[in-house]
Amino acid sequence: MADYLNLAGWLAALAQTVLFVAIAPLFANWVKRAKCTLQNRRPPPWLQPYRDLRRLFGKEVVLAHTASHVFRIAPYIVFGTAVLAASIIPFILAEIPFAAMADAIVLVGTLALGRFFLALAGLDVGTSFGGMGSSREMTFAALAEPAMLMVVFTLAMLASSTNLSTVVGFFLEQPLALRPSLLFGLLALLLVGIAETGRIPVDNPATHLELTMIHEAMILEYTGRHLALMEYASQLKLAIYAVLTVNLFLPWGISRTLDPASVGIAVLALTAKLAVLGALLALAETLVAKMRLFRVPTFLAVAFTLSLIGMLSFIMLEGH
Amino acid sequence: MKPEEALLPFLDACRRNGVEPAAIDFVALAPASMLVAQPAQWRELAYAAKTATMRWCAFWAQEAVGGFEAFSCYEWGGEYLVIRCRLARDEALPSVASIYPSADRPERHAHDLLGLHFSEQPDPRRWTRHRAWDEHEYPLRSDFAAIPAKPTPPDHEYPFVQAHGAGVVEIPVGPVHAGIIEPGHFRFQALGEIILNLEEHLGYVHKGVEKIAVGRDAAGLARLAGRVSGDSTVAHAWAACQAMERAAGIEVPARGQWLRALLAERERIANHLGDIGAICNDAAFAFAQYQLTRLKEDWVRESGAIFGHRLLMDRVVPGGTADDVTAESARRMIDSARRIGPEAAEIVRILEDSESLEDRLMRTGRLDSELAAELGVVGYVGKASGQLFDVRADAPYAPYDSLEVRVPHYRAGDVAARAKVRAEEITISLELIVKLLESLPDGPHRAEWRAPDRVCEGIGMVEGWRGEILAYVRFDDCGRIARFFPRDPSWLTWPALELCVQGNIVPDFPLCNKSINGSYSGHDL
Repeated sequence: MADYLNLAGWLAALAQTVLFVAIAPLFANWVKRAKCTLQNRRPPPWLQPYRDLRRLFGKEVVLAHTASHVFRIAPYIVFGTAVLAASIIPFILAEIPFAAMADAIVLVGTLALGRFFLALAGLDVGTSFGGMGSSREMTFAALAEPAMLMVVFTLAMLASSTNLSTVVGFFLEQPLALRPSLLFGLLALLLVGIAETGRIPVDNPATHLELTMIHEAMILEYTGRHLALMEYASQLKLAIYAVLTVNLFLPWGISRTLDPASVGIAVLALTAKLAVLGALLALAETLVAKMRLFRVPTFLAVAFTLSLIGMLSFIMLEGH
Repeated sequence: MKPEEALLPFLDACRRNGVEPAAIDFVALAPASMLVAQPAQWRELAYAAKTATMRWCAFWAQEAVGGFEAFSCYEWGGEYLVIRCRLARDEALPSVASIYPSADRPERHAHDLLGLHFSEQPDPRRWTRHRAWDEHEYPLRSDFAAIPAKPTPPDHEYPFVQAHGAGVVEIPVGPVHAGIIEPGHFRFQALGEIILNLEEHLGYVHKGVEKIAVGRDAAGLARLAGRVSGDSTVAHAWAACQAMERAAGIEVPARGQWLRALLAERERIANHLGDIGAICNDAAFAFAQYQLTRLKEDWVRESGAIFGHRLLMDRVVPGGTADDVTAESARRMIDSARRIGPEAAEIVRILEDSESLEDRLMRTGRLDSELAAELGVVGYVGKASGQLFDVRADAPYAPYDSLEVRVPHYRAGDVAARAKVRAEEITISLELIVKLLESLPDGPHRAEWRAPDRVCEGIGMVEGWRGEILAYVRFDDCGRIARFFPRDPSWLTWPALELCVQGNIVPDFPLCNKSINGSYSGHDL
């Protein structure tokens, strides 16, 4: 354990979480801007997502007559779990006190809790679109979560710990080597991330076609601050998967001390990594069409197989 | 082929079925042939037409002294046959919907608007009537005042087909949609994600076109026809003008015909460009939409610059066209037609190379050839399912009678085939535009309109971008419109949508719908 797990460490971790939550919309907008540029469109201003959120927070909440308490508390739970998840993953600082309390399995569980309430909210009002969205979301979650856990287990076996800070630390201390298990794990995580964050080819975040929606269908009935929280949570989720991908598999540059120079380098490195990942995502989303809904299970089965191969290759090729 | 020859199989079928039709009049509704029938013969004639593999095109009716007059239009080998029949006010006309399923909605429409009764109607539910007028009021009757007294209450009691059973869910969609499209209600019965049945409920954009046409002069009717469906403004106005000119015996100068064709082809290209992009966007392939929208925008801006209206509204007028083109703008249009062709072809090639897109479009929303023939679908929906009828090629009107029009044909009947037909039609229309402009005859572009001073009627047939548009016009003895019925191709393609989505998954519905793209406005009238 690093020696800065004192008050300053806690404050730094808190500051890091606040920063994470603050920049999440920026990352989502970066992907959008890259997509616009690729499609010869004029991109939205950098601060557009913040303006949208402010506008939604300022609007009145309109509730359906059939909405229950679940519908009203779901946005807070969905947003809360997203913030909680953001707080336990190594972002700029590799070793954070929160990570000691909540490991990778808790992270997966936290995201699952958010999803559970999101799906309940979709069902709550009783519209057919919400129900369809929830049904699709849970079908795909049943396939995506095992794949995600399998990736986490592979990493945990490598580092002999499910603590994300320990995993990152382990990789930083290792000599640079191409491990098949990590490569398969990375591919699996990318596929799971695309499915979980509702990106093309699984879901289309920009569609207006209710019948094709997954994530958007569940939040169709939300308005005002509820909608703002839901939108914000989905931006956070995108950022969480992006940061997880880059920091777990390419952790170089992440800071292990509170030294300003090292933190500065970490910020720069992370920005560069996220920018590249976001641009790649935008490129992929421009090149492929959305797949047929019934192909998504196959897509997730591929993710699961990759994660399984990752774990098997660790056991067979790299096991001690 | 002479009309007499084209109708031989039909007359033969009549004789074999023991129906003795009256003499056929080849002049009154030329180029269509006309047959006056007795109500008792109505169904037998339809049956004979079916035996002779004639395509059912349209049904409409009008008030006549002491009752009604019903019309139905059939086509075979490019020859149109209009069968008309007088009825007393309380007399029921035998329904032909069990012989020609496409006749179902037009018959229900005629009942809702005119109070014409049908016997043995398979589906007697209301269709165009929502709640804007009462069950026993009939807007198309002369004693009905066409001014709505109050806001129309919502229509939520339509008796939809029900499905029962474990796991069957009902999904109501619309009439208000999230995208900027017209209103229409779709009721799905689905088993999980698989569509068991789709039922459309249209009529939300009923504007009373047939009613407000009555009493207009020719120019007024051309303007109204241009608003039956805004995306087909040229084709509808042309069909209406053609019908009026045939009724009044007015010869449109060659230059006017050429310019009308130019406008119609420009309209076809603009819509095809936009819609191919929209189909791709429904599969989240946004690149295609932005590129094709850009081309479409350039195209309609050029239309705006040359003709003064981006959508070319009110450019077709009785007697010809509203304006002429200068040699300079003809040059400009030839250049842009030659430039846009390769650009569009390049984008279409990228689409064809995209496996992920192909996977979405192929085998989605299949309408097989037999079903397409049964429904008598026209336009790109027909051409993608082996039904090659194109008015320009099969029943050519000026100026297409002096041009060769290639017709793309596919048999797959899926979304991909419909998109391919439209992509090919862009190329064909661009070639036609160049040919039309290079052979543009000199002379006036517009003949003077002389209102007829006697009761007369005419019929117009034009290939719009959605397919064959029919228009029937009847003048009263003061040169005013007594009856106008435009038959948009959507009357024939909306039922095809219901059938082609069966067995598909719910999230593929938008693709099927976009690939058929029926007009709500043109259908609801």
